[in-house]
Amino acid sequence: MAEASNPTRAEICVVAVAEVFRGDGERLCNPIGTIPMIGGRLARETFEPELVMTDGFATFTSSPLPPGVDPYRSEDGRIVVEAEVESFNPYRQMFSVLWGGKRHVMMGATQVDRFGNQNIACIGDWHRPKAQLLGFRGAPGNTINHTTSYWVPRHGPKVFVERVDVVCGVGYDRAAQLGPTAARFHEIRRVVSDLGVFDFAAPDHRMRLRSVHPGVEVAEVLEATGFDLVVDDELTETRLPTAQELELIRTVLDPAGLREQEVPDR
Amino acid sequence: MGSVPDKRMSAEDVAARVRSGMTVGIGGWGSRRKPMTLVRELLRTDVDDLTVVAYGGPDVGLLCAAGKVRKVVSGFVSLDSIPLEPHYRAARQGGTIEAAEWDEGMLLLGLQAAAWRVPFLPTRAGLGSDVLALHPDLRTVRSPYVDGDGAGGDQPEGQLGEELVAVPALDLDVALLHVHRADRAGNSALLGPDPYMDDLFAAAATETYVSCEQVVATEELARLAPLPALSLSRLQVTGVVEAPGGAAFTECPPDYPRDEALQRRYVEAASEPDGWRTFLDEWAAGTSGAPETGGNHG
Repeated sequence: MAEASNPTRAEICVVAVAEVFRGDGERLCNPIGTIPMIGGRLARETFEPELVMTDGFATFTSSPLPPGVDPYRSEDGRIVVEAEVESFNPYRQMFSVLWGGKRHVMMGATQVDRFGNQNIACIGDWHRPKAQLLGFRGAPGNTINHTTSYWVPRHGPKVFVERVDVVCGVGYDRAAQLGPTAARFHEIRRVVSDLGVFDFAAPDHRMRLRSVHPGVEVAEVLEATGFDLVVDDELTETRLPTAQELELIRTVLDPAGLREQEVPDR
Repeated sequence: MGSVPDKRMSAEDVAARVRSGMTVGIGGWGSRRKPMTLVRELLRTDVDDLTVVAYGGPDVGLLCAAGKVRKVVSGFVSLDSIPLEPHYRAARQGGTIEAAEWDEGMLLLGLQAAAWRVPFLPTRAGLGSDVLALHPDLRTVRSPYVDGDGAGGDQPEGQLGEELVAVPALDLDVALLHVHRADRAGNSALLGPDPYMDDLFAAAATETYVSCEQVVATEELARLAPLPALSLSRLQVTGVVEAPGGAAFTECPPDYPRDEALQRRYVEAASEPDGWRTFLDEWAAGTSGAPETGGNHG
């Protein structure tokens, strides 16, 4: 395990994810994926304590559950949840939460384009795909109703593409076509990858390189991206984890070190 | 004192009620609490040309592999711990089925619309995405109310309300569900962490068949769990099948977890020719390590 003064790339990603939720206050923080879950929980345990967290199943919970931990147990014919449960949130109720806008989700993306259109459905023509993937899941409803961010554990030109094969999550160009009424709840806040952090703060909402992770060259990011990124003078380096954050990540939020499997150190 | 009607029947009886060309809704979610005993019984019939509506898992996969399906309407088809369902994937890539892949929430609204007997329900979900472009049968509807001016307001001439997706009602001929406990009339107790959309599937269907881990006396139901767990009533249920282990290999907590080893074998067999049949034969013979509760059913 790296020293506190020498955090791994995965740990830098965790903090970059946590920062995505800064300022969200009392809303559902719903990161999907290993490093996203650790990052969301880090945000709640540190600078964004009012965030509401889900166990990934049917409850909101105050416990900082490590990824991969299933808090459900069967006891005498009843379900016992080994976590501090705040509320019951079955899938049906989740739609009231997300269509009501009280959520910030971080989803994965098989493909994402310069305007933040996201694809998780399939590769190739949807009518007869080369590779069937997840389908649309909740991406259309998420992106048109509440804040959405994306996580890409392996940044490359096949993920950051000129044009996605299927638009599941709605990007800024599509949202603009819908007009201000239909798109009034649309926000793609950020994309975090193993190379850097991206936002859509450019005037035309094209994807902008916001920060590169320490040890990553800007040229490396540009080369690994299948379209032209906006690079402006606000570009910085992704901040390092604090000693307290590293301690939390390593001992409480991910003691098994699953983050290092998702993003190997280099 | 009134007594509840006895709707008990066998899984074979249920399968015999399903006819070619029907629209069949299946409860559960992914690889969770799927009515696998009922599905396996359906695989034994010569029924085909089905339209299957589901938050799909191995139920959808097996029906596709067995050539029972004309069309799948789903929010996703997944095995949860294994994200991609191999048979559904093969059917999509081979072009052997028609697919309607909606946003997960659109499926909920389609079922709710059918349950309420209205032709559609509106939502913002789907706007701007390719769900609409790829499913030309999905239409939009213009709100009769001016934006920000709720029900009751007069609409000034020339001003238009916002455009929304009109999710069509998913009218089901048959719904198949698996629950934890039911009485002989179909009043059910769902003891797991999530009821999913099961009661909506039931309400959206002309006939609903419920398999259960155990048939119990009606007076037992309210002792088993808090009242919200008893949300599926006999009003929505046509037939009841006692099928212990009837959701295996999918999970049915608190009664049993997913049989991950069996699910892995299911996926592995899917890459072999006719592997779904091999898998079912192995499973029936108990050579795949099925859980005790699931070994001798269906």
